Amino acid sequence: MADLKERDGSGSGFGSGSGSGVGRGFVLPHGRSRLVDGLRTYRLIAWMWIRSTMAYRASFAMTLLGNFAGTALDFVTILLMFSRVDELGGYSLGQVAFLYGLSSAAFGLTDLTLGSMDRLGKRVRDGTLDTLLVRPAPVLAQVAADRFALRRLGRLTQGLLVLGYALTVVDIAWTPVKVLLMPVMLVSGAAIFGSVFVAGGAFQFVAQDASQVQNSFTYGGTTLLQYPPTVFAKELVRGVTFVLPLAFVNWLPALYVLGLPYPLDLPAWTAFLSPLVAVACCALAGLAWRAGLRSYRSTGS
Amino acid sequence: MVRSWRLYAAVAAGGFRRYATYRVATAAGVFTNTVFGLILAYTYIALWDERPGLGGYDQAQAVTYVWIGQGLLAVVAVMGGGFEDELIERIRTGDIAIDLYRPADLQAWWLAADCGRAVFQLLGRGVVPMLFGGLVFRLALPADAGTWMAFLGAVALGIVVSFAIRYLVALAAFWFMDGTGVQQLAVLAGLFFSGMTLPLNVFPGALGELARVLPWSSLIQAPADVLLGERTGWALLRTYALQGAWAVGLLAAGRLVQSAATRRVVVQGG
Repeated sequence: MADLKERDGSGSGFGSGSGSGVGRGFVLPHGRSRLVDGLRTYRLIAWMWIRSTMAYRASFAMTLLGNFAGTALDFVTILLMFSRVDELGGYSLGQVAFLYGLSSAAFGLTDLTLGSMDRLGKRVRDGTLDTLLVRPAPVLAQVAADRFALRRLGRLTQGLLVLGYALTVVDIAWTPVKVLLMPVMLVSGAAIFGSVFVAGGAFQFVAQDASQVQNSFTYGGTTLLQYPPTVFAKELVRGVTFVLPLAFVNWLPALYVLGLPYPLDLPAWTAFLSPLVAVACCALAGLAWRAGLRSYRSTGS
Repeated sequence: MVRSWRLYAAVAAGGFRRYATYRVATAAGVFTNTVFGLILAYTYIALWDERPGLGGYDQAQAVTYVWIGQGLLAVVAVMGGGFEDELIERIRTGDIAIDLYRPADLQAWWLAADCGRAVFQLLGRGVVPMLFGGLVFRLALPADAGTWMAFLGAVALGIVVSFAIRYLVALAAFWFMDGTGVQQLAVLAGLFFSGMTLPLNVFPGALGELARVLPWSSLIQAPADVLLGERTGWALLRTYALQGAWAVGLLAAGRLVQSAATRRVVVQGG
């Protein structure tokens, strides 16, 4: 925030001159819904971090490139595998790339918007969460926007590039429904991942050092979905279909688009359930977040 | 001489105890390693189904390789996260000046601390994922104690090579001030060239030949090959020799860079 104060008065919508780094951006008008408040708070904090990042443009460019290269490594591994085989679990390179692109792009959207959630445990531990609690703005929006990192565009870009490559090489019998399903899939997928991030954040109220557990569901989840479901054991596929419904991010809808069978015997309409699953997941994550926040006891330091 | 050995042993014990304090974080790390191990193991099974004997491994060896990798990931700090964050911070703030006039060798001090950390993580993070892997899959683990001893030797050398690389990465902070870019690059190279994502003997052609002699191959690939019984007799000695050469060479490079840094770079005041 210190960098920002020095750059005060750069002519943007809100100033930061009123003492605290964020200033009057937090004085909220009455009579607005919490969702609007939350989004507004999020926008203001995220914009603040973007301006702060842009103070060091070379460093930003380097970390953006690093983020891109780091996520591209997963796909390089898949390319190396396909340099030795023609099919993996019965899927061609293009079909795997299709799954990979959808999983990475959906996850990239979530990572960009909520990627800082795993810092919550640290805030609980060192007591800085208290600062967020006394501000008149939704805590979830503040935590989510904390250290908003534009460099995470790297992951999203990489996912979209792979998806673009897949679309050029895979033969898909396009119908209007399939075309419509693509953006629906990305948004619902991002929302499903988002609920995992928020639920993981809620868990950190209880187990402060356990941000790694969250990573295994978020990063682990996107890695799992990058591969064909035919590769994995049936129990594992059942688990991510019925228990933690990550399969609705890409597997079920994407296999409908590709015209391939899902390893579990599910009716065809389940391919269109992703938005509903996303809404249900978000509602559950919201409840978990409230329970977590209510159980918070400050360290007092 | 005896006194200095005792000093570094105490530092190493401190490193061990320090990491042993974070029990929840260790359990969370084990959980993550297990989840990723599970995902990777299934992809390897699919790969070896398609091409049995790929890279000279049978399927059981390939699956075992996954769990060795997950067990060693934290031990040889492929993703970083050992002492170097702290050393970089000390260089950035200028506290390094105090360290330099302490009556202990800077490199040996951090090496001792990192060895303590690695020993804890071998016990705390290495054993459980391997046991889980053994419960779910059929693993190709050796029955004779000799191979396990040889494996521990390769792990020890891998820890030193890993330290030497990260020491160089940390020293870059003398010139760059912000160490994140170099660290990020080191993690990428580590993940890719250690054999963490895919065994190096599966890498095609010249890329594979290059990857197998780079220092990062000492971290995962070399110990894994030893435990899988792929390196015995002369091949084992050659593996040790390559690891040892990288360890000595990179440690020496670390000392050279350190003396250049302390001679030429003005320490940050404050």
